[in-house]
Amino acid sequence: MNALFVICGIGVFSLLAEVFNLKKWVQAVSLVGLLAALVFIVSDWKAISYYYQGMVVFDRFAMAFSGLVLIIAFFWFWMSIDFFKGEAHRTDKSALVFFAIAGAIMMLSFNNMAVLFLGIEILSISLYVLAGSNKENLFSTEAAFKYFLMGSFATGFLLFGIALVYGATGTFDITSISDFILSNPPTKLPRFFFIGGLLIMIGLAFKISAVPFHMWAPDVYEGSPTPITAFMSTIVKIAAFGAFLRIFSFSLVYFSPALLWIEQGLMLLTLIVANVTAVYQTNVKRMLAYSSVGQVGYLLLAFSSDSRHSSGAIFYYLVAYALASILSFSVVHIVEKAKGNAGIDNFKGIFKSNPLVGVAFTIALLSLAGIPPLAGFFGKYLVFTLSIGKGFIGMTVVAVITSLIGVYYYFKPIIAMTQPGEDSISVSASQKLLLLILILANLLVGIFPELIRLV
Amino acid sequence: MLTALLLFFPLLVSVVVLAMKPAQARSIAFAGAVLELVLSVYVALQFDKSQLDQFGLNKEWISTLGISFSIGMDGISLLLVLLTTVLIPLIVLSAFKDTERPASFYSLIMLMQSALIGVFTAKDGFLFYLFWEIALIPVYFICLVWGGENKGKITLKFFIYTLTGSLFMLVALIYLYFKTPGHHTFAIQSLYDAGRALEASQQTYVFFALFFAFAIKMPIFPLHTWQPDTYTVAPVQGTMLLSGIMLKMGIYGVIRWLIPVVPQAVQHWGYLAIILSVVGIIYASCIAIVQKDFKRLIAYSSIAHVGLISGGLFTLSIVGLQGAMVQMLSHGIVVFGLFYIIEIVEARTKTRELAQLGGIRNVAPILASVFLVIMLGSVALPLTSGFIGEFLLISSLVQYKLWIGAVAGLTIILGAVYMLRTFQKSMLGETNGVTALLTDLSGQEKLVLFPVVVLVILIGVYPTPLLSISEVAASNLLSLFSDLSASVK
Repeated sequence: MNALFVICGIGVFSLLAEVFNLKKWVQAVSLVGLLAALVFIVSDWKAISYYYQGMVVFDRFAMAFSGLVLIIAFFWFWMSIDFFKGEAHRTDKSALVFFAIAGAIMMLSFNNMAVLFLGIEILSISLYVLAGSNKENLFSTEAAFKYFLMGSFATGFLLFGIALVYGATGTFDITSISDFILSNPPTKLPRFFFIGGLLIMIGLAFKISAVPFHMWAPDVYEGSPTPITAFMSTIVKIAAFGAFLRIFSFSLVYFSPALLWIEQGLMLLTLIVANVTAVYQTNVKRMLAYSSVGQVGYLLLAFSSDSRHSSGAIFYYLVAYALASILSFSVVHIVEKAKGNAGIDNFKGIFKSNPLVGVAFTIALLSLAGIPPLAGFFGKYLVFTLSIGKGFIGMTVVAVITSLIGVYYYFKPIIAMTQPGEDSISVSASQKLLLLILILANLLVGIFPELIRLV
Repeated sequence: MLTALLLFFPLLVSVVVLAMKPAQARSIAFAGAVLELVLSVYVALQFDKSQLDQFGLNKEWISTLGISFSIGMDGISLLLVLLTTVLIPLIVLSAFKDTERPASFYSLIMLMQSALIGVFTAKDGFLFYLFWEIALIPVYFICLVWGGENKGKITLKFFIYTLTGSLFMLVALIYLYFKTPGHHTFAIQSLYDAGRALEASQQTYVFFALFFAFAIKMPIFPLHTWQPDTYTVAPVQGTMLLSGIMLKMGIYGVIRWLIPVVPQAVQHWGYLAIILSVVGIIYASCIAIVQKDFKRLIAYSSIAHVGLISGGLFTLSIVGLQGAMVQMLSHGIVVFGLFYIIEIVEARTKTRELAQLGGIRNVAPILASVFLVIMLGSVALPLTSGFIGEFLLISSLVQYKLWIGAVAGLTIILGAVYMLRTFQKSMLGETNGVTALLTDLSGQEKLVLFPVVVLVILIGVYPTPLLSISEVAASNLLSLFSDLSASVK
């Protein structure tokens, strides 16, 4: 909880910095604040604490996921230093990012559906603005508008779902909802309770961009400034999937197997459609957008295999995914900065001119593709173990095949980088250090998966 | 402990080489590889032939998931480790001085060695899979970065092809893992027990998932389609790694991770595997006969040879298994030599077209003689290394079914046809414009090829030490089947 206060505090500080002419302090305060929030998470690790009459709960789950969000946010600030360099609105951007992080933490620690809604809205509204923060660029504006329309549409679904569930159970509290379901036989529950659950699932499926609710993702990811894309595909994804997991595995899953079947349908569609579409992309940023949709499929597979006890595997997968993702976006950001866009041809010759950038991108893509000994492999391994353990051989085979398709498109930039190309790209020392740290993190988490507690 | 040293030393060399200046990279890598060879010979001398697993190391790794870092060697592993440690220094030495970006190149080769030794010594299913996959990465990059024309597409096909097999293997291993009793584990013995306890239909699934992975790696007909293109486009060191050592991963996989895991299914479906292998022998030999490209021809001949090995292996007889062991070593050495000779000829004449070559013997007699010996090893002339292996393998197939043995025996005739034809077209005849200025072997090339010649003859004349190393492990593996038939009775 203290972490959440710190994050909100920095957000407010950033807003006021403009007024009190403290602009140059914003970045330092942000980084120190993130570390301080992380320290609070670590120091609170032992206890499970409730706040606001049990509307917010910081249990192991909330703390682990928020800790991940904060660590990734730290790397994110590092990679996108120049995003805040421009003269216009830099304190506003920083404030919005912190509010988004605050929303993410609320989405991970809610115990009450009202707080979930609040968290999602805080996160989303900040992001609508951030997606359009490159005002000169038409695509950025288009991305913001599209994101806003689709996002508010999804929120409508979510809200309607919450209302129906409230109507059936008389409570917003997710623990009481699960008690209610367990104490009543399924036949006695009203039909609209099921519809409520379904609408919540659809609303959240928009947020995690599961197929067929993913249409907005590629355009928004491509149009937004790259740092914001990185933010959406890491921090937002962690928060949205955390929220999905929290509401379904903590309470609604007890209710009806039909919900799980629908979830499995989403999973299969996500795996197949996203991975197949990614093959045809020629812009690396857009390819990564589809890949980040595709990765959700594996998370959903883990969830559908064991909806109550899969949070350990899902957490590991998210760690691996986020580390690889932030690394790949760091490289895309560097390349885009130097060459104007992230078309695949702009990656030619990188191995020769900038070996470190080449290696970093290779490691990131290999990890996303699930090649050992990188973290992404072990994540996929855990998911497959879960699903085979539950006897879902057919679905596992589908997931295996889609991850092979994944190899095909993840390797295209790697191949491009080995081809002859022109001039080198300038990379600052701080960027180099960041790349090195992230490479090591990807290797370490992959070789010693027990660093991330597998409970 | 010694096994761990063998495993991690090349990794260390690999990291060191990466930090080296281009000029030193090759000598450091070579020194490292030679040291590794010395170490492996020392291990072989310490090896007790009457025992099974030795020099083991078993450490907890990911204990919550029952994964341990468990390695060790029996005779079968040791022979393949020796093959690796003998070939790697030769491969390093065979690379020309002006290789682009030498530090990364040699670093990848040494990384490959580490992964290969890991594959041959792993005693834990997960660890085996891990090394199996890691071995794919360096060779992929070697082919991708240093390869020839159209390398991007071809190497990607190779990667995805083999990864497909591997992932099915992973699924099978996880399936077995869940069949282990109590706290699930990947320890090899538990997986064996779990596999043998399966019902016939479940064994069949596991068999095909594993067989698929190994058959792609070897490759067995009809899963060989990645191989000729990849061998042709890869830089010669990549081809040597692929054909000399990496395809042995597939055969080793069958010996260690297929036959003992699902013995009943192997007995039941072995027939199919043998037929596919024999079809592959004839098919690949016929294509080899009409090849015009020297390197492609050897690539197809490699499919034929490996078909014979896997055919003999699936007869599940001691003769076939021992024959497979010797032939693996022999094939590794011979194919390395052949690819190197192709590389030498190509570097000097800028062509691999057999039609354009000819009369090389007139200008480069030593090269021609070396080629002759290695080629005879390949066609299995008595007193060369190829003979022992092929003889044992064919006799095991004859014992299995006469007609299969007879068909497989054609490999010797067909092999002689395409190899002698190659020799005649390239080495004999009139010297032409392309070959006239060809120079004979340089000192460094002799240093690479003479050990190959010596080994080809030595193994051919006196194979007993090699056979005795793997004997106990081989008969232990097959004792499984006598137990099995006893329990059925």
